[in-house]
Amino acid sequence: MAETRFGKAIGQALADAMRDDPDVVLFGEDVAVPGGPFGVTRGLLDAFGPERVRDTPISEATIVGAAVGAAIGGLKPVVEIMFMDFCGIAMDAIVNQAAKARFMFGGQCSVPMVLRTPHGAGVGAGPQHSQCLEAWFAHIPGLRVVCPSNAADAYGLLRTAIDHPDPVIFVENKSLYAAKGDLPENAGPIPLGRLRVAREGADVTVVAYGAAVGTALTAADALAADGVSAEVLDLRSIQPWDEAGVLASLAKTHRLVVVHEAVEAFGVGAEIAARMADVGFDELDAPIVRVGAPFMPVAFAPNVEAAYLPGAAQVAAAVRRTLE
Amino acid sequence: MARNAKGGDAASAADRDVELLELYRRMLIVRRAEERLSQMFADGEVPGFIHLSIGQEAVPVGVCAALRLEDTLASNHRGHGHALAKGLDLERFFLEVMGRAEGVCGGRGGSMHIADMGVGMLGANGIVGAGLPIAAGSALAHQVRRTGGVAVAFFGDGAMAEGTLHETLNLAALWHLPMLFVCEDNGWGEFSPTSRQFTGDLIALAGAFGIDAATVDGNDVAAVARAASKVVAAARDGCPQVLRCVTNRVHGHYEGDPQRYRDPADLETLPNHDPLRRCAAKLGADDVAKVTAEVEDRIAAAVAAARAGTEPDIARARADVYSPCEAAHG
Ligand SMILES: Cc1ncc(C[n+]2csc(CCOP(=O)(O)OP(=O)(O)O)c2C)c(N)n1
Ligand SMILES: [Mg+2]
Repeated sequence: MAETRFGKAIGQALADAMRDDPDVVLFGEDVAVPGGPFGVTRGLLDAFGPERVRDTPISEATIVGAAVGAAIGGLKPVVEIMFMDFCGIAMDAIVNQAAKARFMFGGQCSVPMVLRTPHGAGVGAGPQHSQCLEAWFAHIPGLRVVCPSNAADAYGLLRTAIDHPDPVIFVENKSLYAAKGDLPENAGPIPLGRLRVAREGADVTVVAYGAAVGTALTAADALAADGVSAEVLDLRSIQPWDEAGVLASLAKTHRLVVVHEAVEAFGVGAEIAARMADVGFDELDAPIVRVGAPFMPVAFAPNVEAAYLPGAAQVAAAVRRTLE
Repeated sequence: MARNAKGGDAASAADRDVELLELYRRMLIVRRAEERLSQMFADGEVPGFIHLSIGQEAVPVGVCAALRLEDTLASNHRGHGHALAKGLDLERFFLEVMGRAEGVCGGRGGSMHIADMGVGMLGANGIVGAGLPIAAGSALAHQVRRTGGVAVAFFGDGAMAEGTLHETLNLAALWHLPMLFVCEDNGWGEFSPTSRQFTGDLIALAGAFGIDAATVDGNDVAAVARAASKVVAAARDGCPQVLRCVTNRVHGHYEGDPQRYRDPADLETLPNHDPLRRCAAKLGADDVAKVTAEVEDRIAAAVAAARAGTEPDIARARADVYSPCEAAHG
């Protein structure tokens, strides 16, 4: 067990995947010589050379389009889009090319590529560098969407994503890059679609992913002091998400709160709530409550940004609503 | 005005050989297949909408004559010629365009998304300009995996205004990709002449990125084939190339488009520039008749077989959204 930063664990997963498989290549803006805008890919150019680790021009549409062509051609490209907000420019390559190729060509090929991209507010980056847009991608048949909450999961999920035959959107909350966590020495791949019980509890189930898992755990600590036992589930992957795992926990607690940093409206939480209201209807003792950001862009001013981010107090309040 | 670039070499003795007859045969397959599709579309036998490349056959046939099986190409919405010239099976072509389960894409793609990975045809594309970066990625795979292959992007003059062309030219030059850009310059993007859409000049644009570019008479199949063998060889060595082929779109943008926006006088001159007619003029009449009979038989057989195709089913289609090894990967 070694203590590792979240960003470092991602770099480690990339290095191990490149060492294990010569078809893994890496490209994106500033990922090679500069080592990545957040330092995640530092050292990879030296370790694997300029053929496999490449800086690209500032051409998001072409970065992702080229990843599609490279993946069909037998490589396993891992590309980086510097901020999730920039995916707008690459949306055609993601939605109409990567996600569709396998289906529309009748299963003739798959597109084994990973698109790594940071999301999330809290660093003063303002409206165009802070968004959590994962619901866009979870809505597209053909894509996988992963969002780890800690270093060990980031490592294991990224190893799986790189070996995955289909395109995976790998979302990294930028506020987590410096967070420390344990990375087991013999860490291996973690399957997609299986949640992790981050904290066991009996009274209410709190589902979260990414940085919101930490928020949920903080809330669970506060609730415990009041005698409320919250079970915190870390989804790990959003598409597919572990419906059976959430349902099993709901069958135990009979109450459900879903938390994410993305805006609440039309989000991942809405899908989970809708499914549980259907398949979990008989288990529910209270309305399902969602906690997400308000329906507004992220503001630059630190106080407004702080107020925007869903916090532990909101999660605790949502839990209390389910207990009324 | 009908379009013919200067530089089409005068007929030489070398043109009148078996090779030219073979190029003619390949063009005729595309022509007759599309004429057949036009009729089948009018009869309601082909659903959706289709874009025919009648009048432009010399470009895919001439370029693909310079390609190997392992070379790859990314196409656009007008992709029948690219698919057939790269070697896609005729019967599975008709089956696909008719939306049949036995089609090369299981009826999932149809005319606008037809692909055959087995012959390096990476797909027609419903999105203007989207094939360019895909070809660049394919070229990257050729480069990194040392396949010795070249990737070709076929795009129309309408795609010159898309950012992906400009981005991909830059990337190809920057990374010395084994890539060929082929512009099928038919003067039109849907219902608007390119002159009202684009103020640039492709040759100068390529030059701005340090990429060699040439214009060829895209209605002269031998000239296209000659130019292609030169630029494909250079691309194979890691010098990306641009080849602009000047040609004519004879039918409407899509089948059923009455082309009211075109000058009737221009349309009347188009037969003079027909790549098949021009090629046939250099061949012996007996050879042409023999090839014609052979091609017509092949088309008739392919269509008859395709008519026996079955309807695809939705459960099978749903199963192809993700890879089957999904379980192993969670
Ligand atoms: C991104 C995008 N924008 C617009 C269209 C609609 N569209 C289809 S074909 C076409 C014209 C393309 O012209 P060109 O590239 O010259 O090809 P041509 O049809 O002449 O062969 C347009 C605008 C599209 N399919 N994709
Ligand atoms: Mg055109």
